[in-house]
Amino acid sequence: MPDEKKIILSASGLTKVFGFGRQKCVAVDHVDIDLNEGEVVSIVGESGSGKTTLAKMLLGLINPTEGEVYFQGKKRDISSHKKKHDYWKNIQAIFQDPYCSYNIFNKIDTVLLDCIHMRGGRKFPRAKKVELMAEASSFVNLKFKELTNKYPFELSGGQMQRLMIARIFLLKPKILLADEPTSMIDACSRATILDMLMQLRNETGMTLIFITHDIGLAYYVSDSVYIMKHGKFVESGSADDVILHPKEVYTQRLINDVPKIHEEWDLSTV
Amino acid sequence: MSEVMLEVRELTTKYITRYQEDVYAVDHVSLKVKEGKSLGIAGESGCGKSTLALSMMGYYFAPLHYMSGEIIIDRRNISGMDPDDVRKSILGTEIAYIPQSAMNALNPTRKVIHFIEDVYQAHDPYKTKKEVYELARGCFETLGLPAEVLQKYPVELSGGMKQRTVIAVSVILFPKVLIADEPSSALDVTSQKMVIKMLKNLMENGFIKSMIFITHELPLLYNVTDDIMVMYAGQIVEKGTAKEAVFDPLHPYAKGLMGSIIVPESGLRDVKLTAIPGVPPNLKNPPSGCRFAERCKFVQPECKAISVELRDIGGGRAYRCILSEKELRDAYQREANQNAR
Repeated sequence: MPDEKKIILSASGLTKVFGFGRQKCVAVDHVDIDLNEGEVVSIVGESGSGKTTLAKMLLGLINPTEGEVYFQGKKRDISSHKKKHDYWKNIQAIFQDPYCSYNIFNKIDTVLLDCIHMRGGRKFPRAKKVELMAEASSFVNLKFKELTNKYPFELSGGQMQRLMIARIFLLKPKILLADEPTSMIDACSRATILDMLMQLRNETGMTLIFITHDIGLAYYVSDSVYIMKHGKFVESGSADDVILHPKEVYTQRLINDVPKIHEEWDLSTV
Repeated sequence: MSEVMLEVRELTTKYITRYQEDVYAVDHVSLKVKEGKSLGIAGESGCGKSTLALSMMGYYFAPLHYMSGEIIIDRRNISGMDPDDVRKSILGTEIAYIPQSAMNALNPTRKVIHFIEDVYQAHDPYKTKKEVYELARGCFETLGLPAEVLQKYPVELSGGMKQRTVIAVSVILFPKVLIADEPSSALDVTSQKMVIKMLKNLMENGFIKSMIFITHELPLLYNVTDDIMVMYAGQIVEKGTAKEAVFDPLHPYAKGLMGSIIVPESGLRDVKLTAIPGVPPNLKNPPSGCRFAERCKFVQPECKAISVELRDIGGGRAYRCILSEKELRDAYQREANQNAR
């Protein structure tokens, strides 16, 4: 039923300009994007291509210079603090650096409790809250008993990133924006985290947006891929089309630069 | 028969924590790197790769301590040498080391040429500034770096360029062995490729005689090095040529690592990634038996009791497992069949 696809988040003419005058820097340049419900999308680009700026604008963390974001067909309204919070119930993010994603003064219980409270569980009895938290931690292969009374910085990077997924498990947002979720983690934990995200997505049917520079990862997880360069999308389409049969020269170069194992890796073209 | 450039025999080193606990981060590691060859070391974070690199250089500053074993660089035994002597006579001339975040080590207030002058001042103080400049320029041009870089401040260079500058500075005295510890992990793919191309150039142009490359990115390792060694919890668990280690790993841990490779090639989406569950053991009190037993899929009851030796099966291949080669292959075959169904 491809016709019944519902667009959940879309942006039109989204632009962000930093600075002005001679130091003007157009980070994101009139980007249009439509995200269907339940789709897994990757936005791929080199460093400095404006991926994270785009993500921050979609999240409502920074205001776009121009353009609008539409959520579920309506213009997004985040003019007040309360409205922003309502918006964030539907869209959540995992950031690149797990070490500075947490408030270091809050214990892990508090981190998870906040999520339950945000979903309207403020009046739940204590036992139910603990049960929910334990369920979330077991989903990400962490033991809740070992987590209580610990601060986030006592965990390793991979564990922190998994705790982030536990938060998402409790919050159940409609859209999850993962901004380089695995770039600070080694290859082995990367597989674990991707598996968890995909499992969560299959259970809840949420829309998943991956922002990444890792083309292999983008190909592995996503239905469609957008290639970004200097704040613009240069190529987009289904993952198979874009990664295996790239049309743009830029995309071809990007894919050629990734080390391969079954195919020859051509070092001469730098 | 090419000469052995670096040989390490049964090297054991430990960290002593501030609570006087011993952490054996490198445990009876033996390896050989021949002239013109490169060795890759793979493994999860926290399994002792970087510690091994420091140990191989004889760079024992607290909390790292030398315990036993021998390090031989080009027929010269440096085990047990005073670390201050090592710094004067080994580093730079015999072994060069590129640490993980090397590009952040450049002092932002000094020009690139000053770093090279510093190196010469320590090792060859009678060279004039002009001679040093000429040498540096020749070296940079051979390596494909523009000579203007020498007169620039580090902040004026991009990340990839900084990293390549650091590599060029580190090989300026023509060391015998280069140890590169994750030289490209902070870079994007294009800069990474340039760094890799440069490292290969170093070998071809005779700047270095052999290389040790440490990373957790297996596709990279496969493309750069001749041999691969997989480490787990301070021990070597698998040794072999790059092709063998990637396509036909024997140890279950190595097999698990290979299962987590993501490359943008057709067929990737049909494969399910196999992550290894659990975390590496705490090296303060490592398990007495096989260190991988806790996380192993093919664990046998006796695995946790007997400590397993590295088994040499000829042709430079070795693995550390209680099961025989045939048993392991059968187990992998069974697993593959199960997944196919």
